[in-house]
Amino acid sequence: MAEAHPVGFQWVVEAKNRGAKVIHVDPRFTRTSALAHTYVPVRAGADIAFLGGVVNYILANEKDFREYVLAYTNASTIVSEDFRDTEDLDGLFSGYDPETNTYSSDSWAYEGMDQHHEPHPETAEPMRHESHGAPVPKDAPKDPTLQHPRCVYQILKRHYARYTPEVVERLCGVPKERFLEVCEAWTANSGRERTTALVYSVGWTQHSVGVQYIRTGAIIQLLLGNMGRPGGGVLALRGHASIQGSTDIPTLFNLLPGYLPMPHHEKHETYRQWIDAIRHPGQKGFWSNAESYAVSLLKAYFGDAATEENDWGFDWLPRLTGDHGTYRQALDMIDGKIKGYFLLGQNPAVGSAHGRAQRLGMANLDWLVVRDLYLIESATFWKGGPEAATGEIVPERCRTEVFFLPAASHAEKEGTFTQTQRMLQWREKAVDPPGDARSDLWFFYHLGKRIRERLADSTLPRDQGIKNLTWEYGEDEPDAEAVLQEINGYDLATGKPLSAFTEMRPDGTTSGGCWIYTGVFQDGVNQAARRKPGREQSWVAPEWGWAWPANRRTLYNRASADPEGNPWSERKRYVWWDAAKGEWTGEDVPDFEKTKPPSYRPADDATGVAAIAGDDAFIMQGDGKGWLFVPSGLIDGPMPTHYEPAESPIRNPLYGQQANPTRTVYDREDNPTNPSPPERHSEVFPYVFSTSRLTEHHTAGGMSRQLAYLSELQPEMFVEVSPALAAERGLTHLGWAHIVTARAAIEAKVLITDRLVPLRIEGRTIHQLWLPYHWGSEGLVTGDSANDLVGITLDPNVLIQESKVGTCDIQPGRRPIGKALLAYVEEYRRRAGLVPGHHPPIVTSEDADG
Amino acid sequence: MANSLYGPLDPAPDAGYVDAPPRMGFFTDTSVCIGCKACEVACKEWNAVPDDGFDLLGQSYDNTGGLSANTWRHVAFIEQPAPSETVFLGMPGADKPDFRWLMMSNVCKHCTHAGCLDVCPTGALFRTEFGTVVVQEDVCNGCGYCVAACPYGVIDRREGDGRAWKCTMCYDRMGDGLTPACAQACPTESIQYGELDLLRETAAERVEKLHAEGVGSARLYGHDERDGVGGDGAFFLLLDEPEVYGLPPDPVVTTKDLPDMWKRAGIAALTMAASVAVAFLGRRR
Repeated sequence: MAEAHPVGFQWVVEAKNRGAKVIHVDPRFTRTSALAHTYVPVRAGADIAFLGGVVNYILANEKDFREYVLAYTNASTIVSEDFRDTEDLDGLFSGYDPETNTYSSDSWAYEGMDQHHEPHPETAEPMRHESHGAPVPKDAPKDPTLQHPRCVYQILKRHYARYTPEVVERLCGVPKERFLEVCEAWTANSGRERTTALVYSVGWTQHSVGVQYIRTGAIIQLLLGNMGRPGGGVLALRGHASIQGSTDIPTLFNLLPGYLPMPHHEKHETYRQWIDAIRHPGQKGFWSNAESYAVSLLKAYFGDAATEENDWGFDWLPRLTGDHGTYRQALDMIDGKIKGYFLLGQNPAVGSAHGRAQRLGMANLDWLVVRDLYLIESATFWKGGPEAATGEIVPERCRTEVFFLPAASHAEKEGTFTQTQRMLQWREKAVDPPGDARSDLWFFYHLGKRIRERLADSTLPRDQGIKNLTWEYGEDEPDAEAVLQEINGYDLATGKPLSAFTEMRPDGTTSGGCWIYTGVFQDGVNQAARRKPGREQSWVAPEWGWAWPANRRTLYNRASADPEGNPWSERKRYVWWDAAKGEWTGEDVPDFEKTKPPSYRPADDATGVAAIAGDDAFIMQGDGKGWLFVPSGLIDGPMPTHYEPAESPIRNPLYGQQANPTRTVYDREDNPTNPSPPERHSEVFPYVFSTSRLTEHHTAGGMSRQLAYLSELQPEMFVEVSPALAAERGLTHLGWAHIVTARAAIEAKVLITDRLVPLRIEGRTIHQLWLPYHWGSEGLVTGDSANDLVGITLDPNVLIQESKVGTCDIQPGRRPIGKALLAYVEEYRRRAGLVPGHHPPIVTSEDADG
Repeated sequence: MANSLYGPLDPAPDAGYVDAPPRMGFFTDTSVCIGCKACEVACKEWNAVPDDGFDLLGQSYDNTGGLSANTWRHVAFIEQPAPSETVFLGMPGADKPDFRWLMMSNVCKHCTHAGCLDVCPTGALFRTEFGTVVVQEDVCNGCGYCVAACPYGVIDRREGDGRAWKCTMCYDRMGDGLTPACAQACPTESIQYGELDLLRETAAERVEKLHAEGVGSARLYGHDERDGVGGDGAFFLLLDEPEVYGLPPDPVVTTKDLPDMWKRAGIAALTMAASVAVAFLGRRR
């Protein structure tokens, strides 16, 4: 956190000054570790085993916060008798189909659950559900004594029983005593009187089991009663400024604003099918009002053209046909299926996994528009990138026409940033952008205007959507506040801004570009622009910026009070029921219907919001509870399980199933995977590598390696190795080395450091090495790109790449150049058995038919 | 015995200011430094200091090297296998020492008795009303006397330019009641700016707190007005010996012995004169 969020880290330092204990778990000792009380070295890719060990510690020693677990989680819910665990099936769950490498989750259901699922979900299916919770019955059978062998609590206990401290030591390389120190500190600091916060970032998400990493952390925080409570929770640090905003108002292919799913051409043929898929008639929760959010969005898009008769313009929305993820796109470009590309503030030539595939893909386009502050590598790859050097791309013959349009920087335009804690902060424009540089808002507005002019006479059905958009934002620079107001939404009858998403209607009388943002312009005031200093308001500081939804700062804060509505302790009071006034009150906006008492129990036939009981703290879930066990909605399993990364030198010691059996693999010759046990030749790439960031640079370097003051702080691409690894391979400090995987060989200067230690894993010494990923071929300082080493293997739920762990070789000296480089890497592939016709095995378990 | 060249002193009144404002200074608490180098960058941006070259020095994460004419805030990194305050946890079968990574933002000390100031022949270096030491680039003739005179190796001449440059404690911000750029930028308040007296109190409390928390190695450096430079206007909290950070353990202002030296020179001259006189007067001819 200190490396990537130095300004945010001041709050960790402040907490430390007030007595908080800081524990840092990471494959290497970083600037964060330097300020932590305890540093725990862990093998990259083994975190589920580590966290599973913590779950086991909690359950075996009965350290869970029992009243919280019983009241607010699905611990007591009974699961179908058809369910089989990884313990029974050598690393697989029941319902696996080796033909499609997917699960049917029917057998994971709660007992008595009626399955509406199609059996074999395709990738990213859960993204269509996001936080809705896929269909679950609101009243599945439960055992509040937690003794029933098929209740979630007992299933969890059995599942994590093998994750003992000894296993954690052997698998993760964490000394037993240090592991237990973490368990003891975490559990001792949780409960009624104290809470512990879990903070993570992309070191957890960028794995083929990334979603399950987060899930394990969430399980621990639910068991310990830390969710929805002050000083607790799970804080997901994100990787870019406003990237939270870029999923809220999404740049993701499968989402519409506010996490409404993008309609799918088969599954959502009609408007009604689409709406019902989101709101799951019969379930609890606030997604039951999805039609209000959806209609309001369509009214914001299409204005008066959206009517009840035309289903509010539903047919003008694009449709998904499958995987349109960014990696699929890059490979489709190579295959000639994509002709044109807009690239805005993104640099896949350096920043995305498998740099070579990215660049070869872009080299096969008809046209490419790049908008950025500088000529980044993704604009100049055709003449200055590695493939130009090897001759794979000949600049004079590259077919891609590249248009570079200069972009305004953040100080040269106004608008909001939405950061990790869901807070929107409005920023003023400080100066005009230079020359022809323009904001993204200006660009898209005027692009849209010109396209609409061209289509003015079109009668084609596919053009009607664009023609019917409300698209009037002025003559030159669009008014960003007007856009934010449109996002906030209006009561169309009165023209007044909406104050809350609960005011949205499904009858076309309200509009709103993003229901979770409704309230940001409450009373016509730009709430995101507020900057009341912390010392002038309460400790929750609700008058600085505006957080979605409803300026609620901690989500699920109903859980900060017990089932009767009283705070768990005076010390940790946050939100509580005021019986005299008949309403929820407290330090924050209650995440619960204001006047619904804790004693409320729904009628048997109640659905939606009315079905939420007075003790259903997790109001977005279909059963109102926090999920320790996920009966549906995830592609790779109801409980996190340790799988080795797709590339690993270690045979999974826990199960026959080596790696995630549902991981997304693009098995093609240009995307080879290093061999891992039980495959042969894994010793060709014997070392584990990880990538991450330096404080001094920013992502792919476009905003830092062009500046002298930052470039001089970290002027060269380097690789960190332990003294032992340096001795093993003959590397010298500040000498050259090159790192090789099946995809590429890159060179870097060597930094020998004690901050990396060899780990003892399964009786062997495993060396890890580390690379910053900031370097590319453009800028004041240039160098090879770490992401050229990484292949494309993705988490199946969300399609994120596994770029935090892989295997490699490292050798002293510079890499070959030109054609010799291609031959060099080809030789490694040959030695590793990665020849045409070779396919990485997905299923390595004995029980694939189970 | 205190005089204008040595011993406890309030430098601004001593320099002739009447009704000088309180002495301002830096307290750099390295125990909360995260090595982000925002201080290096903020300083350069405000003062338009040129970059120092793109050289990978590999001194841990320090590629700057040290204070110079082109670096007025320098972050040092010391990787240190050291016994920690807690129990040493060995790991079976592999070498894994307990580890410490020290980080410090170094800066001109704005000494009470500033060697650079004392030896400057042109008056380019002067004492401000805030007690800080500033070099005027339009007066400096590049003689370089100050470079040798600094006991910390801070001030230096700029290549291609010839003049001496160093930290001004953002004199141009101070005068308007603003905070120096480095202190403004530091996210963890490792660099604190304020009245030197108050900073010294804060620092003493901080050391006490750290000791109570078991960080016995915490100590102050440059806080003592009885030290060889009369105490620093920019002092530090360190977690190890000064030498570990590249700081001199016992800095003494080079002009400390000037009165003594002049006295001896004077005595020598008189003795010479006396001997010459005796030699001539005692002649028989």
